[in-house]
Amino acid sequence: MELTKIIGLINGRVVSGDIKGKYIEKGFCSDLMSDVLTIDTDTILLITGMANMQTVRTAEMADIHAIILVRNKKATPEMIALASESGIVIVETPFSAYKTCGVLYLEGLKPVY
Amino acid sequence: MVKLRYEIEGGNFDLAGGASSQVKKVLKQLNIDPVLIKKIVVAMYEGEVNIVAHAYKGQIEVQIFPDRVEMKLTDEGPGIPDVEAAMKEGFSTASQRVREMGFGAGMGLPNMKKNTDELRIETEVGKGTTLIMTKYLAYE
Repeated sequence: MELTKIIGLINGRVVSGDIKGKYIEKGFCSDLMSDVLTIDTDTILLITGMANMQTVRTAEMADIHAIILVRNKKATPEMIALASESGIVIVETPFSAYKTCGVLYLEGLKPVY
Repeated sequence: MVKLRYEIEGGNFDLAGGASSQVKKVLKQLNIDPVLIKKIVVAMYEGEVNIVAHAYKGQIEVQIFPDRVEMKLTDEGPGIPDVEAAMKEGFSTASQRVREMGFGAGMGLPNMKKNTDELRIETEVGKGTTLIMTKYLAYE
């Protein structure tokens, strides 16, 4: 699914990165970075309520290029700087994790498992 | 052979992952297979977070050979009283603060083992822990 479409579906606001031409195949939702680090799949969308530096570091290590922060969680300036340096898109949405996943799943974004 | 060395500060989660990030950049420059890079840096990052979460301070040494990457993570900290238990998924002694950062679920050491070819743990309670991990660069 095009990242631009995803952002439209969840009333998202892009705070870091270039979304043009980015395609996302699968989604994964977790606040547990330890769990995110066990995923072998690349080009996934990380949906999380965890807004700190380690969210961005985890994405960097796990080759995740897009993060959705749910429930209006705000990315800090440090997170935005690190994400920009690593080419990671951060999107903030007013939706809950449950609603974000539900909307994207209905539209055809596949799960990792 | 490329040799890299980093000092790690215990308790400072703002800096955690900085060393792993630097190593990832070097591995990319060396044109190593991205699949292997991900495994190497995920294992190293888990170890780096463990030092920040559990130890007072530590060092990470990375040696990149033509056929393998060796990572040696040494810390001054509490050590691991029961290594066998620590290797089991779900076993954790992490503090609430570490859990609030999204870690401490007892998946670190098993994930390091999964992502590397060799993992050796030397630990002494009250002194510290040394982890030696090797990843071979042959295609899987």
